[in-house]
Amino acid sequence: MSPATAVATATEGRQGNFRAEVAEGVATVLLDVPGETLNVLGADVAEEFAALLSRFEADPAVLGVVLASGKKDSFIAGARIDLFQAARTAADAEALSREAQARFDAVERFPKPLVVGIHGVCLGGGLEWSMACTWRIASDDPRTQLGLPETQIGVIPGAGGTQRLPRLVGVQAALDMICSARKVTARKALSLGLVDEVVPPALLLAVARERARELAGGRRRPRRRPGAGHALVQAALEGNPLGRGLLFWKARQAVRQRTRGHYPAPERAVDAVEHGLRHGMAEGLAFEARAFGELAVSDVAQRLMEIFFAETALRRDTGVDHPGVKAREVSRVGVLGGGLMGAGIAGVTVQAGLPVRIRERDDAAAARALQSVRAAQDDRVRRRSIDRLERDATMRLVTATTGWSGLEGVDLVIEAVFEDLELKRELLRGFEAVNGAGIFASNTSSIPIARIAEASAHPETVLGMHYFSPVARMPLLEVIVTDRTAPEVIATAVAVGKRQKKTVIVVRDGPGFYTSRILVPYMNEAALLLVEGARVEDVDRALVDFGFPVGPVTLLDEVGLDVGEKVATVLHQGFGERMAPAASLHQVVAAGRLGRKNGKGFYTYDGRRKRVDPTVYDLLPGGRARKAFAPAEIQERVALSMVNEAVRCLSEGIVRSPRDGDVGAVFGLGFPPFRGGPFRFADAAGTGALLDRVKALADRYGARFEPAPLLAERGAAGRPFHGR
Amino acid sequence: MGRNGAPQSGRRVAVIDGLRTPFAKAGTDFRDLSAVDLGSLVVNELVARGRVRPGEVEALVFGQVVPSSTVTLIGREMVLRTQLPRSVPAHTVSRACATSVQAATDAADQILLGHADCAIAGGAESMSDAPIFASRRLSQALVEASRARSLGQRARILSRLRPRDFSPVPPALKEPTTGLTMGESAERMAQRNGIPRAAQDAFALRSHQRAAAAWQSGALGGEVMHVPVPPRYQRVADRDNIVRDDATLEALAALRPVFDRRHGTITAGNSSPLTDGAAALLLASEEKARALGLTPLGYIRSYAYAALDPRDQLLQGPAYAAPVALDRARLGLGDMDLVDMHEAFAAQVLSNLQAFASRQFAERELSRPEPLGEVDPERLNVNGGSIALGHPFAATGARMILQALRELSRRRKQYALLTVCAAGGLGAAVVLERE
Repeated sequence: MSPATAVATATEGRQGNFRAEVAEGVATVLLDVPGETLNVLGADVAEEFAALLSRFEADPAVLGVVLASGKKDSFIAGARIDLFQAARTAADAEALSREAQARFDAVERFPKPLVVGIHGVCLGGGLEWSMACTWRIASDDPRTQLGLPETQIGVIPGAGGTQRLPRLVGVQAALDMICSARKVTARKALSLGLVDEVVPPALLLAVARERARELAGGRRRPRRRPGAGHALVQAALEGNPLGRGLLFWKARQAVRQRTRGHYPAPERAVDAVEHGLRHGMAEGLAFEARAFGELAVSDVAQRLMEIFFAETALRRDTGVDHPGVKAREVSRVGVLGGGLMGAGIAGVTVQAGLPVRIRERDDAAAARALQSVRAAQDDRVRRRSIDRLERDATMRLVTATTGWSGLEGVDLVIEAVFEDLELKRELLRGFEAVNGAGIFASNTSSIPIARIAEASAHPETVLGMHYFSPVARMPLLEVIVTDRTAPEVIATAVAVGKRQKKTVIVVRDGPGFYTSRILVPYMNEAALLLVEGARVEDVDRALVDFGFPVGPVTLLDEVGLDVGEKVATVLHQGFGERMAPAASLHQVVAAGRLGRKNGKGFYTYDGRRKRVDPTVYDLLPGGRARKAFAPAEIQERVALSMVNEAVRCLSEGIVRSPRDGDVGAVFGLGFPPFRGGPFRFADAAGTGALLDRVKALADRYGARFEPAPLLAERGAAGRPFHGR
Repeated sequence: MGRNGAPQSGRRVAVIDGLRTPFAKAGTDFRDLSAVDLGSLVVNELVARGRVRPGEVEALVFGQVVPSSTVTLIGREMVLRTQLPRSVPAHTVSRACATSVQAATDAADQILLGHADCAIAGGAESMSDAPIFASRRLSQALVEASRARSLGQRARILSRLRPRDFSPVPPALKEPTTGLTMGESAERMAQRNGIPRAAQDAFALRSHQRAAAAWQSGALGGEVMHVPVPPRYQRVADRDNIVRDDATLEALAALRPVFDRRHGTITAGNSSPLTDGAAALLLASEEKARALGLTPLGYIRSYAYAALDPRDQLLQGPAYAAPVALDRARLGLGDMDLVDMHEAFAAQVLSNLQAFASRQFAERELSRPEPLGEVDPERLNVNGGSIALGHPFAATGARMILQALRELSRRRKQYALLTVCAAGGLGAAVVLERE
């Protein structure tokens, strides 16, 4: 049965993706895509809606239409990305865009008032659809967020977004929203002119129906003017061609500074907006569709979409293969050690609504821990992501102790003390003495979990939960399991990580686990380049140009040279010569240079601007006379040592899949997202070609570049790591 | 007088656990906190220590004596500002200085009635946050002005005000019907009952010495939480800051009387000071405690409240309440291993003790042939009392119950009698037992 006949035969109730009813002159249409927790848009939704509209157009009993979501607390999350990811050619993707544009044009031309009630996320295609309606009402709820995040997956809004948004909110605000992919709240949307009014959530439908009747009866006129608050700047900048030119020039510059040329989508979005403003809506739409089509099939967009799908898949992944395994219920969490990491972990845990008991060695340390949890919450208040009352409510969930009181009943304890095996074992024994059933997780970044678990009376409840610093901002959680960790314990740690809003990968125990393990050869290689005479800034710049957020030397300064050395030593012991750190690095640490934390590293931190400290070269062979290295050579050596090690991790079962390996490197280490992670990078380069490159490095620089056996195997067969 | 009521049914309510903040002289450690802040700190910590799961708590009774202008129902705030489930019903009680005795017996009654199996009771006070009111004339003018229809009218109303109308009105610690402050009433009792200054100072000294020794030995440390003081968490309050281990009779004798400069005997040294603090108890039915596998600190065996005319012997309430509570427990004063009396003033405790021992008082005031008896000084306030520890009005009763039960178990003894005098001529008495 086609949707059209479904509409024709049913006057009320559910048809496909919609529930519709007509009452008092208004047709209310609720979108409720079956089988999904969030509404996502596909061709079927658009087709069914078109059929509904033509029915309502013909129905004299319908004066106006109200569109809203049938899902609880979310409106529309966007379009189905898999549809345009699957496009083979730019022309195919362009056609998809054209089709969507035509659908929303039809919405805009619908002769009766069409009011949309937005409660919950309204993103991408959802917002583009809303912008084509006559009147937009948003609920005054923190969950209501509107945005066009398409550039995050390497494309631009392709259903009229680049054209309708600037016409509603003005060029400046539109460029900002599209290029930054930032979401705005209902209040902000109102002041921008993106929505016409904001109402309490419970009144959303009633007000929407009332507006539909008013608009139909001519008692109210649709607004078609940009946000009032920006009128002056707008008139000055956008009214004259010179100002407009300046605006676009500045936007392009800002974008380029952020993307360093790696991400073409934001720039294309600027082009599309400008084109539409110069040549009119129809031309603009054509430009938008063409740009969308080209971008959708580009490598960058493909990698970003793959990462997006990997992340989405991980959200559904319980962390264990057996579907029958259930996570334990966790209602209270303990955190041992309230330092930088411990307080960070406590913070994301109480933000998830879970009470946390912090254990510290004395009152002063406990007070400092509470202080830093509080500081993080204050920060959220400052950024307006929560208000003061919410902060106070969150703070009530955290208490501190210097003994074991209150830890007898926690379901999970996360240890975040100093990296010292004996200390961690002692805490594990202390915990098990008061708590017979709770899970013990270690936030170690280098000590093998099995070594810690040796102290346990029931090692099946011991595992690693490796958070990244700063915990509040870093999205990855690496859950580390030993041969003995029970599946339900793994599932529990994964579930808690998700509640803390982390992307969770499950990895096998071993020196450095996954992320630290692939980071160490990368850092070692960077250090070796310095030993060979490279300039600090050349090494850093090469890797930033490659797409890492910061260069390896800067990263070492940030992490702390002593910490870096400690982790490197663990891996050297675990894997031998291949992981041997540059010997002269030790002299730098021994000279008391610990990095940013003591203001002395490879860079100086006294001035306003961070500069390379030339005296550090005195501690390295070659002294201050530095040599030039080609950026390509630096990139090849440093990046490929990470990729090669990642492949070893896959073949040894450290990571469960190439997907997890990619996500871990991108979210944990900042591996360039547009390269998709080490395995996508290898596949894109071609495993055979990559094998040759690694072999060439091995020939020049020695055994540390010996290709991982799995790379040799895949490379020889020309087979990619990811199946498609 | 002296209705003994029915003896207790024999059913008891278990005190599972208890906790208090350090008691701090007003204007010191807890200067920036309010009663509701202090109360939620102690209740939240009691819950977080997790002797029972938060979901087991079925009722909460809490008190605060000096009202706050921003929090009208502190009981409910103790649920909403802690990790307790929102579904716990709560109320606020007041019986002046016996407020948290009232909270505890209210909760105990609910448990005995079978309305709840597990409850939290306590109280909090902040004398650093005592409300200062505007004068009646000022507040009237402000209300009227807010209703005014024109600027001119508003100006006319406000122009009636005189400078003295703007001076703030401090909260009254005065008996409204007798016109006497607490101190003046205590002074009157000291005079009528012939309590000499030297005896008062000696009693106060002993309070400090015993409290200091109890801190030294660690007896008190176990019931006092350490408070990293929010919102900055830069200081940690970890002990009572009023108790002095260097108090001497000479120093106490050198203090000037406060309320009657010429004939008076009451000084800052032999009175309880204005104090900030909070205390809370976790109560449960015996059956519930057993089912959860918890060993209670002890039990509330009986209690009684009494009252007298506040005019001449305002703080003599304990002498009326104690015999009734003991009768209800079917026990005598001689059975008591410990006697803990709230020390509003040394003169008041000594007056109460005098009445306990007086045949004349028993016959005339209680219509009883025999006096209650003498209290053995070695069993009286063995870890000090409100003079040395401080007296956050609404927290004192819970503090005493906790302190007495823990001392009973340290001594492996069975019974304790608690008394509290309170404004309005009220008295409270509780009989506790350990096993």
